[in-house]
This record gives sequence, C-alpha cells and structure tokens, in this order.
Amino acid sequence: MKSVSRLGWAGLVGVLVLAGWLLPRWLVFLLALALAKGVAVLSVVVLMRAGLVSFGQGLFFAAAAYAAGFAMRWGVRETLLLVPWSVGVAVLVGALAGLLVARYRDIFFAMLTLALSMVLYGILIKAYGVTGGSDGIRIPTPTLLGVQFSGEGARLVVYYLAVAATVVAAWTMGRYDRSPAGYLAQAVRDNELRVAYLGAPVPRVVYLGFLLSSGLAGLGGVLTALNVGHVDPGLSYWTTSGELVFIAVLGGTGSVMGPLAGAVVYELIRSYAFKYAPYAWQMMLGAAMLLIILFLPGGLWSPVERLWRRQTT
Amino acid sequence: MAEADHVRTPILEVEDLTLRFGSITAAERETVIVYPGELVGIVGPNGAGKTTFLNLITGYLRPERGKIRFWGQDVVGLSPHQITALGVGRSFQIPQLFLTLTVRENVLVALATREERWADLRRPLHEPARVQAADEVLVQFGLLAQADRPAGELPEGGRKLLDVAMAFALRPRLLLMDEPTSGVSAREKFQVMDTLVQVLREAGVTALFVEHDMEVVRRYATRVLVLSNGRILADGVPAEVLDDPEVRLAVTGRH
Repeated sequence: MKSVSRLGWAGLVGVLVLAGWLLPRWLVFLLALALAKGVAVLSVVVLMRAGLVSFGQGLFFAAAAYAAGFAMRWGVRETLLLVPWSVGVAVLVGALAGLLVARYRDIFFAMLTLALSMVLYGILIKAYGVTGGSDGIRIPTPTLLGVQFSGEGARLVVYYLAVAATVVAAWTMGRYDRSPAGYLAQAVRDNELRVAYLGAPVPRVVYLGFLLSSGLAGLGGVLTALNVGHVDPGLSYWTTSGELVFIAVLGGTGSVMGPLAGAVVYELIRSYAFKYAPYAWQMMLGAAMLLIILFLPGGLWSPVERLWRRQTT
Repeated sequence: MAEADHVRTPILEVEDLTLRFGSITAAERETVIVYPGELVGIVGPNGAGKTTFLNLITGYLRPERGKIRFWGQDVVGLSPHQITALGVGRSFQIPQLFLTLTVRENVLVALATREERWADLRRPLHEPARVQAADEVLVQFGLLAQADRPAGELPEGGRKLLDVAMAFALRPRLLLMDEPTSGVSAREKFQVMDTLVQVLREAGVTALFVEHDMEVVRRYATRVLVLSNGRILADGVPAEVLDDPEVRLAVTGRH
C-alpha cells in the first residue's frame, strides 16, 4: 500500500513539474495560486479532523502574508528566509489565539475564529501608517539563493516554490493523519468525554491541531503574497476564510489530495466563469457547489478515495 | 483475615463523601475502603447514586465534602484525565466509543494515550508493536474478528466489551464499570461477564461494577455495596448482604 501511495505522489509531483514547463504562462500562474490556496485549505481540514470548522483562517493567511510584506520592506528578499519567517509569525499568532479558542467547540469556535480574523482585518485597515491601510503593501520579486529572477523566470520560481511547499504541506498533513495525535483529534470529534477518560488532555490535542493549522494557513498566505506580488487587508476578511471552507467541502475532507484538487478545480471554474460570465461567476460557483453536494457529498475527490480503498483492501 | 487486611494497603479509600444537587442527596457520608484484588458489585434502586459514586471517584463531579484517596494519594479536585492517568479506568453504561474509527483503532487510541509521546508526529498510530498490543487486548475480549469494522457497526454486546477493553487497555490498577451487562441480552449476559471477570482476574485488576442484575452480582462479586438515596445501606459478602430482607426491600421493593 505504501509503495502505491509513493508512486502516486511521485507521479503527481512529476505532473506538476512538467506543467510548469508545458502549460501556458497564465495557467501556470493560476496553478500556483491554486496550490497556495490548497495548502491553506489543508489548514481548514486539519481542524475538521477534530470536528471544528474555522471561519477565521484568514487570520494566519494574512498574518504570514503581511509578515512577508514587512520583511521585504526591511530589506529581506530571500525566499528561503521569507517563507520560514512568515510561517513562524503565523504559528506564533496561532499559539496565542489557540490559548483562547482551543476550549470552544461548534458554532462558538467558528464565530471566535471569525472574530479574531476580523480584528486583524480592522487593524490592517486602520493602521494606515504601518500597513498602508486598504492599499496594502507591495511585494517585490523575491530572490532565490541570492539570485534575482525577473519576468517569466520569477513566475516559474514562485510556481516551483508553491509545488515544493505543497509537497511539504501534504506530507506533514499525511503524517499528522496517521499519528496518534491525528487519531486523537478524530476521537475528540467522535466523543470528547471518552478521550478525557482515556487520560488524554483534550485541550492539548485541539491546541496541537490548531498550531499545525495556523502553520499551514500561514504557508498558504506567504505563497499567495509572493504569487500576487501584493498584500491587502482582504486576506484577513471573512470571505477569504469562508472561501477556504467552501473549497474544503468542494474537494472533500477525507484525504490530503481532496483539498488540493478542490483548490485547482475551484480556481479553474472561477477564472473561466469570470471570463465567460463576468456578472454571474459567483452563481456558477454556487451551482457547482450545489451539484457536488447533491451528487458527490464526500467532495470531488471522494470517488478516487473509494477506488483507492478498494484497491488496497 | 484481620491480619491480612492490616498488612494490605487499600487501593481506594472513600471517606465521608457528600454531594447534594439542590434537595436531592446524591451522596451522603459515603465511606468505603477497597483492597487490591476485590471485585465489588454496587447495587441499588434507580437514583440511588451509583453512577454519581463513579463520577465522584473519577473527578467528573466534585464532592462538597469528603476525601477520595487512590493508593494513598488525594485525588479530589483532579480532572478525569488526570485521575485516569493515575491508573483509574472507567467504562460506561452507554458505551462511549469512537464510532467512526475501527474497533482496533479504538483500542490503539487508548494505548497511545498511555504514552507520553502521543504528540510525536514521526510515529504512526499503527506502529507494529502497538498494533500487536491492541490485538492482544482484542483477543482477550473476543473482539479480534471484528477488528477492522467501524465501532459503530458492532452489536450491543460487542460495544459493551469494547468499551471495557478500551479502559482495560490503559492497564488501570482500578477499573470502574458502570453496568457492564445493561442492554446486553439475557443470553449474552453471563458470557460477557465471564469474559470480563476472567480478563480482570488474569491481569490482577481491582474492579468496582454497578449492576442491576442480582444474579450477576451473586455470581461474580466478591463483595457488594448497597446504595440507597446516596447512602451506603450495606457492605459485605454477596450471599449475606443480598439475602438481608431490608436490602431486598430497598433494592427490589419486594420482600
């Protein structure tokens, strides 16, 4: 089973690397954005393992993106410094926010996370002198190992960075899913009382998931910032967080691939719908969601999962 | 006998335990000492405070007054997860399982919580050594054939056994079982109890179990506690206690 999944992963990475080479530039750009978003969607799915739905992942998404923006402003342009720094900031924010929210469940958790992300949104809007208000901060092209790329090359560097980050994120998530901590999170979702009666500290189980989630959302945020070349308070607005939940349901939350596939499909539908029906693209997305819920309630990826399970058992 | 009692250290000491909910007395000056190796049946009419007694010992409820010591250590004020970590296992009247996980995974999760390193992402839940340990527990409880089924698909008897198996997997020194045979068919009842008692004896686990069925208590308990209105009405050997007319009246409402 392990070798099959390894083969699958190798194939996927191969396809993504080739795509950077062969696909038209606009599609590569779209794919890079989709992967960045997919990583952030994984952060939503991590919390769903514990039965929690966060409507405030924008908090970490924006925190990391702005962390990159500030670092650039301070003169740090190196990708290999920017990414860990930004993810670190997001995890730090998660470590603080987690102290508060890890004790809440259901709608209270959802609303608290949403509220925290909107607090950051407010700060980003109001602190004009520092954050540039609604104008945001421009993100110049980063360097990679000190080499400054430009134009096409810069785009490709950011794309391959997104591919690498996606692999790291998916691998980490897979590890988490198979670890005692990941199963304990599912156990908390199924029966929190019993987890306590097995001697496990429930809040710490949730807190650990929350830290991982904030890191993944942060990774998605910094990738998005580097892709778009600009950050603005909208990254912390509740619709950004809501979009991530939307994609999680669209792609399916049962696996690691579901959210990533969901993000790619979402970006494709969105850009085509926007191109051909500029006034009705949201309706198109809504219709797509409706179809998924009616015909594939487990998400886009669920038929593949089912096939996979049949193969391995 | 008296000398042996003198030498042995009690595993559980409950002293003067009291808790009221408004005008309802859930526990009133309950005092009990349990020694290692005992299998204590707790009987009493509905509302006598049997489950409350377990909830107090495991920290789910906090007493207004009184002491609870587990192997000499005061545990009043500790949370259920802390008391569980000290070595007090508990199973439930209505099985508390992880229904979306498989039977084996339910036990694996229980085993993993016993370890300090459950937060270590580098090792999977299904480590060979842990799976082997889980399967040993499943064999003891006769559940190995169902290991890969979701726990939600088990019949009631199986759920009851799995519920106890999860508590047992923690290797508790004291196991509290809340009606291990309730909801189990009359035919399966003695089968379930035979399995439980055999596993507990082999592992040398001391146990308290709440039970409605007097036949079960008579057959398996080494000692019986009778509760009524939060008070301990009688405490002794089953044959003597259960034949006491006053106890019969309190428990069954009949002479």
